[in-house]
Amino acid sequence: MAPVISITDVSKVFNQGKENRVAALENINLEIQPGEFVSLLGPSGCGKSTLLRLIGDLISPSMGKVFVNGKGAPQARLDRDYGMVFQQATLYDWRTVTRNVQLPLEVMNYPKEKREVRTKDMLRLVQLEAFDRHYPWQLSGGMQQRVAIARALAFEPSILLMDEPFGALDEMTRERMQMELLRIWSQTKTTVVFVTHSIPEAVFLSTRVVVMSARPGRITGIIDIDLPQPRAFETREHPRFFEKITEVRECLRHDEVRGASA
Amino acid sequence: MSQAVEQDFRLERGSPRTDRLRRYAPAAVVFVLALVLWEVVVTVFKIERFLLPRPSEILVKFGEEVDVVGPAGLFTMRSAVGGFLIGSALGVLIALATARWTTISEGLMPFAIAINATPIVALAPIMNQWFGTYTLGSKMAIVAAMVFFPVMINTVRGLTLVDAGALELMRSYAATEFTILFRLRIPNALPYLLNALKVSSTLSVIGAIVSEYFGGSREALGVYISQQAALTRFAEAWSAIIVACLMGIVFYLIILLIERLVMPWHVSLRATDEP
Repeated sequence: MAPVISITDVSKVFNQGKENRVAALENINLEIQPGEFVSLLGPSGCGKSTLLRLIGDLISPSMGKVFVNGKGAPQARLDRDYGMVFQQATLYDWRTVTRNVQLPLEVMNYPKEKREVRTKDMLRLVQLEAFDRHYPWQLSGGMQQRVAIARALAFEPSILLMDEPFGALDEMTRERMQMELLRIWSQTKTTVVFVTHSIPEAVFLSTRVVVMSARPGRITGIIDIDLPQPRAFETREHPRFFEKITEVRECLRHDEVRGASA
Repeated sequence: MSQAVEQDFRLERGSPRTDRLRRYAPAAVVFVLALVLWEVVVTVFKIERFLLPRPSEILVKFGEEVDVVGPAGLFTMRSAVGGFLIGSALGVLIALATARWTTISEGLMPFAIAINATPIVALAPIMNQWFGTYTLGSKMAIVAAMVFFPVMINTVRGLTLVDAGALELMRSYAATEFTILFRLRIPNALPYLLNALKVSSTLSVIGAIVSEYFGGSREALGVYISQQAALTRFAEAWSAIIVACLMGIVFYLIILLIERLVMPWHVSLRATDEP
């Protein structure tokens, strides 16, 4: 199967040629297959968000190539292949829930009926039909993030890019949102790239976890998470779950040890 | 859960009517007390009438003169509103241009801020020369110049201080600059613009009246005030000041109403809009 995302020898340097030059990413190689749920995991400063933004063509690589659906990332962005969800919901204050979900559809000139049908479907998907006329400030943080997910999926992008989407939520809401996201993922068959710094979150959600390390940001290990699908509440109590968490943690720690001795 | 909290809060606050009463009562009490104090001080200390008339006297005079000061107020309101509309329209247009071509903004902003710091009313005699002392045009020019800068600067701010995430979202949709302007920058600028308009509404009434002090039509409120004061008819002057005060308040309230209509989402309305 042809990969959805293919990253070859990618490096990213910020402030090239200046004193405050930062090598954010070095020599990244990664392939992501259709329908995968891949987490980018690592300490802050490891360049996981930068990598996500390179995939989404919000920034361009200093070296190397990012191919998405068989074309360059800029073209993929112009073709609207990406749905994005950030840590902040970034809903537009002046739009109701419905109109926030409609935003990408308006920008992309969907006909009115299609817009309404899609919006209704999406709000049903994230279970917020009853809040369609609310303004963002009338919603809780978790609800706002659900609207952001609905908005990102409204135009049926082939890839969902999520940058610590649940980072600002409390633990209980977070676990509920994780279940919700997995349900949506299994219903839509979208490929998901998910940035997080939470080990349990990465293990619970993903089919693969990409472990990264800082200064310069690089990939130190890729761990397959072969926990049974669909994941459920019980998954977290599965012995395999703890094994995987340990494996990921070891991978992160090994790197730390190496970093300290270097 | 939030609904339960909301209801408890409501209970404590009481019905909307008593709530409103509680909110406005202190101001009303202070207002009445101030008037009473004024009346008493003027009477007890036997302050000369031409220095400070008693409020009761001003009110009586206001009743007598309302046929004169009322129409005068409406006349002056025409230059205030006219200048306000011209000035704010120009301010918004230039702001849109600077948001589109940032070089304009960089070249213009320092001057805009410098000119904003100069007292525009000082230009009144010159405007009288340019547009005619007795025309509405010269007064509107002053008002427009006073309104222009706060409106422009605030609108530029609103158009440019856009949340970085909101912009990236647009970028991920491959949105054009035009789309970003209409779907993101302009809505984002509305609260800034409306704030500037609120300030400008009272500013434009001040501008219109003060510019009339430098000469104007005999129907104008500013001319009336300066003439009555020159004739030491202070009760008349004060009754005209009441009109000026009402004009400013009404103008401000109209902008406030417009704000509520165009921005039903706005922060300031949240307390009352809770479902």
